[in-house]
Amino acid sequence: MTERIVLQVTRYRPERELEPTEQEYEIPLHAEWAVLDGLNHIKDHLDGTLSYRWSCRMGICGSCGMTVNGEPRLTCGTFLTDYSPGPIRIEPLQHFPVIRDLVVEIGDFMRKLPEVKPWLIRHEDTGAQQKAELLQTPAELDEFRQYSMCINCMLCYSACPVVGLEEDFLGPAIIALAQRYNLDSRDDGAHARMDVLSSSEGVWGCTFVGECTTACPKGVDPAGAIQRYKLTAAAASLRSFLLPWRSA
Amino acid sequence: MSLKYAEFHPRWYRPRMPVFWWVHRRSYLIFVIRELSSVFVAWSVVFLLLLVSAVGQGGKQYQQFLHLSTNPWMLVLNVITLAFLVFHAITWFNLAPQAMVIRLRGKRVPRSWIAGAHFAGWAVLSALMAWLILG
Repeated sequence: MTERIVLQVTRYRPERELEPTEQEYEIPLHAEWAVLDGLNHIKDHLDGTLSYRWSCRMGICGSCGMTVNGEPRLTCGTFLTDYSPGPIRIEPLQHFPVIRDLVVEIGDFMRKLPEVKPWLIRHEDTGAQQKAELLQTPAELDEFRQYSMCINCMLCYSACPVVGLEEDFLGPAIIALAQRYNLDSRDDGAHARMDVLSSSEGVWGCTFVGECTTACPKGVDPAGAIQRYKLTAAAASLRSFLLPWRSA
Repeated sequence: MSLKYAEFHPRWYRPRMPVFWWVHRRSYLIFVIRELSSVFVAWSVVFLLLLVSAVGQGGKQYQQFLHLSTNPWMLVLNVITLAFLVFHAITWFNLAPQAMVIRLRGKRVPRSWIAGAHFAGWAVLSALMAWLILG
């Protein structure tokens, strides 16, 4: 007989209840099943009303982030057997409004994201420059590649207590993404991003808890990106104080 | 409160951070203790400034300061301060490699080297101070 495991899933049905409740489901425990497979089993066979996000099942799309036993995890890469004999508690990501069951609302992130101009900004390219390929050495690529791995899964936002306490804080992924472009040899936009990044809602909002880096499933190290930018911002501020004629 | 639900106009549930959010997770607890240790770092600076001021004012004030320092309450406070200072230094030195990206001949210096350099610098300065005071 197949072993079984209990999932304690947070339910929130706004048409029926004011606060989330918990519902238990017993599912088969297969060695190859991730938590997401367990949720799909519930949806397909036990309770079709359960709502959650998922898409690729391979840690690329960043849709299936949830809180598993108190930790922010991609449920497609988190295996049931690691929590055997259970039960496993599955909640929505923390610090986000909950729309329904395990589905959170990330509009705040989407509104803040363009503030740091996360795209290549070039000074005016003219004539031949406009058509020229922007070459880059492997060493230059290595400067920012780590930060380009972000899949916007929101696990770092869920892990960061500052995100929960300070609603204006840009948050780990946005700052790491800004650094991804700042450190790109083809980009000229570091100056344009500085005002937003070096504000109290930017890097200085971070108190270096470091949990964003622990939670990141792609090894991006947002905490490292933020601390590095603090050094950049502090140096720029000192330079504008000592050499005001050069900082214009 | 009655339930009012309008279709196509969802009512989101907005969770609140509990006051003691930092108690239930080890990493959060260490973070809050590290932040709290700054108070003791500040006290150690004030204590040092008081010492320098007493030395500057002459022998009598210096003796008074030494007498104040041997007060049991002051001793307890300074032992606690030392413990927090050590905690503060160790946790920050361990975090330093995350903020410092140093390259030697094109290769990134390993994290353990950067943390190790901080601890080595700490040991050398402590030995120098011990030699100056005790030697």
